[in-house]
Amino acid sequence: MRRLDTLAVAGALVVVVTVVLAALAPVLTPADPIKNSLLDRLTPPMWVKGGEAKHPLGTDTLGRDVASRLLHGARVSLAVGFSAVLVAGVIGVALGLVSGWYGGRLDDALMRLGDVQLAFPVLVLAIAVLAVLGASVTNLILVLGVTGWITYARIVRGEVLTLREREFVAAARALGAPDRWILVRHLLPNVLPPITVVATFSIARTIIAEASLSFLGLGVPAPQPSWGAMLDEGRNYITTGWWLALFPGVAILLLVLGINLVGDWLRDALDPRMERGM
Amino acid sequence: MRAFLLRRLLHAIFVVWGVVTVVFFLVRLTGDPTLFLVDQSATQEEIAHTRAQLGLDRPLIIQYADFVGAAVRGDFGASIREKRPAMRMVLEHFWPATVELAAAALLLSTVLAVPLGVISATHRGRFADHASRVASLFLQSMPSFWLGIMLILLFAVALGGLLPAFGSGSLRHLILPAVALAAAPLAQNVRLIRAGMLEVLGHDYVRTARAKGVAERGVIYRHALRNAALPVITVTGLSLGFMLSGAVIIETVFAWPGMGRLIVQAVPGRDFPVIQAGVFVFALVFVAINLVVDLLYTVADPRVRLT
Repeated sequence: MRRLDTLAVAGALVVVVTVVLAALAPVLTPADPIKNSLLDRLTPPMWVKGGEAKHPLGTDTLGRDVASRLLHGARVSLAVGFSAVLVAGVIGVALGLVSGWYGGRLDDALMRLGDVQLAFPVLVLAIAVLAVLGASVTNLILVLGVTGWITYARIVRGEVLTLREREFVAAARALGAPDRWILVRHLLPNVLPPITVVATFSIARTIIAEASLSFLGLGVPAPQPSWGAMLDEGRNYITTGWWLALFPGVAILLLVLGINLVGDWLRDALDPRMERGM
Repeated sequence: MRAFLLRRLLHAIFVVWGVVTVVFFLVRLTGDPTLFLVDQSATQEEIAHTRAQLGLDRPLIIQYADFVGAAVRGDFGASIREKRPAMRMVLEHFWPATVELAAAALLLSTVLAVPLGVISATHRGRFADHASRVASLFLQSMPSFWLGIMLILLFAVALGGLLPAFGSGSLRHLILPAVALAAAPLAQNVRLIRAGMLEVLGHDYVRTARAKGVAERGVIYRHALRNAALPVITVTGLSLGFMLSGAVIIETVFAWPGMGRLIVQAVPGRDFPVIQAGVFVFALVFVAINLVVDLLYTVADPRVRLT
């Protein structure tokens, strides 16, 4: 347990530091993240021969400072990750509560819809939707949010199916509590712990999904920096500027790892039924 | 068993129909492909003529009825770009390229997971176990496409072209994309087998097997592993779906001529028939995998009855 706590603290630290750095990006960054400076193009990181102290992580093919772009890119990853999961969670929890409580045709229809959606390759769906709506941060959040609801709906529905038979629900009913009261006051608090765990891991997965879409050119429009788009640019200069493909990936890895460690800890703390040590 | 199969089959048909229908209307919202096909100088009449040739001037509901009618006969129309049957194009990319990639990744992620998971469990708390936990955490936290790029950087650039960076055609071409695709599912499988083994090894029948003098290898691989493998079957099924999805982006990174890359390229070109045929194959494969997973359950655990 001690080891796990150390890891969880390390994970939380990574997340907090990333959030702070992202929030302070405009103040902290040494250079404008979107200003071209062709004379400085492809400057290597400062500790490599030819590097300069004013560009600690080097510059890209347009001479933009990689460190500055990384910090600004963190804002996109965090904003999309947290907001999309919030959208998915709110839709999923609401539909799951209703589906589990009322059952019947509505329940059937919703769960079937979920089956259909799960048979979709999410990436292909997102590509098609983003092609319709156009690429922007808001649209990314919408697409990744709306496609994520089914996981929450299924978990909440399952919980509600067992909770609805419990005495405290029967008691509330006998006292004449309206459905909405029971759903919000009695059932919602009971489904929140498992949902929190799932949501934490979802943030990590969503950040990777955002990077994937931006990598395919469907995420944040240029020249605004995002980690996925930086990797796409870096991939094309892999022989001349290895740092362009390395650092954004390391940034994603660290942030996602941090979130996953926090998720592991939450799972052990909030949901004793789930297995440990995964 | 029969009733189960019938019900699952109906469900599968429903799911595939649902996916295809959603895609049909979704792609039509993206806009009209006619403008990509005609000259810049085309007159309004010429544009209208091309549009009519493609059947895109008719009411949506009629287009849909025609589409479904043809689709049940396996006809998904001709690619707007290449003027060839869309389904044939998709299948050419699905088999062998995508299947090769997904199968190689699946093989890597399951075959390697068994010994690694068992070692982790039997060396619980020791170096091998910790190393495997740390490695799993890292592999599950990095985007597969970035791992792909890093593999290219290492094996194709830094090591002077030890393995080819992109393309297909030989086993050497397959190695890097398959490893990139297999990494995350492998990490997950190792953890699952470890957890399953730890649980199973404490049971009475394992002690009984040991007591009656079964060799340790036999205890682990014959008695324990079979029971620990159940969750792996489910997750492998799911991860095959993940691999098909992941193949979309890995194929793009490695210029692998598969179905995922074909669909990604068809979207900006608004090649409706190719997108529809591609997504149809995706959904079909996914649904089939789920069915097979359910059936495998009865093989792995005879107590499971399908109803």
